[in-house]
Amino acid sequence: MWSWVFHRITGVAIFFFLLVHILDTALVRVSPEAYNAVIGTYKNPIMGLGEVALVAAIGLHALNGIRIILIDFWAWGTRHQKLLQWIVIILWIVLLVGFVPRHLINVFSE
Amino acid sequence: MTTSIESPRAARTVRRGGVNWEKWGWIYMRVSGVALVVLIFGHLFVNLMIGDGVKALDFAFVGGKLSNPFWQVWDTLMLWLALIHGANGMRTITNDYAHNRLVGVVVKGAILAATVVLIILGTLVVYTFDPCPAGAPTDLLPTFCTGG
Ligand code: HEM
Repeated sequence: MWSWVFHRITGVAIFFFLLVHILDTALVRVSPEAYNAVIGTYKNPIMGLGEVALVAAIGLHALNGIRIILIDFWAWGTRHQKLLQWIVIILWIVLLVGFVPRHLINVFSE
Repeated sequence: MTTSIESPRAARTVRRGGVNWEKWGWIYMRVSGVALVVLIFGHLFVNLMIGDGVKALDFAFVGGKLSNPFWQVWDTLMLWLALIHGANGMRTITNDYAHNRLVGVVVKGAILAATVVLIILGTLVVYTFDPCPAGAPTDLLPTFCTGG
């Protein structure tokens, strides 16, 4: 039940981010100055934390999505859905341990 | 750990021929989901993990990527698959919560409009993009623009 709730919330959040992200990237068609001004805001510390939240949301949605797919198409997956749930949580933590320190060092360096 | 579910579990719907669009939507969510795992994690890795990560992102960085056909195809696939996946998911959620018919139609119309506009915009950006616009300050451009 909670994985369903999180899957929905992260799905909606990522969708809205994607709408904004296509618009900001489209500024490369306007001018280098316009693009650099907007992408510059992605580098400040508050946005840096936002990017951590974004990657956490995408990671959870992606891993949980794979779990849903394995349960749908694979009888073994359906029988062991509890185990798959734990694998999702563990892989998600591994993903964040790999990403968060690296990203925060980039954001807070210099 | 056996759970029994009373049958009938849900009202049976009788279909009268035609294409089963809901089924294809269901399949699409799963197929595009698998492709998006590769596309999105590759995208995040190259843009945020390699080199200086987010600090390295600027016009010159994007110019370098989008003048490479490999990244053009990558970004186009990601754009189309993610937007349609997200829009179809938003449609499902709207169907679940919008109990008023008019509200549902308006919300889904807005989702559809935003999706179509952004797919067209994004695709145009990827294929009409000029990494070396005339008159732009050269220090903002990829090095290959200045013959370097
Ligand atoms: C990273 C790879 C991704 C995977 C593996 C994935 C997988 C899935 C799966 C399997 C579903 C369930 C569909 C169903 O139950 O019929 C789903 C739903 C959804 N996805 Fe994704 N997805 C991914 C990326 C995205 C992205 C980038 C977005 C946003 C643009 C997104 C937005 C949604 C939404 C809004 C739903 C509907 C949630 C619901 O009905 O409760 N997903 N996803």
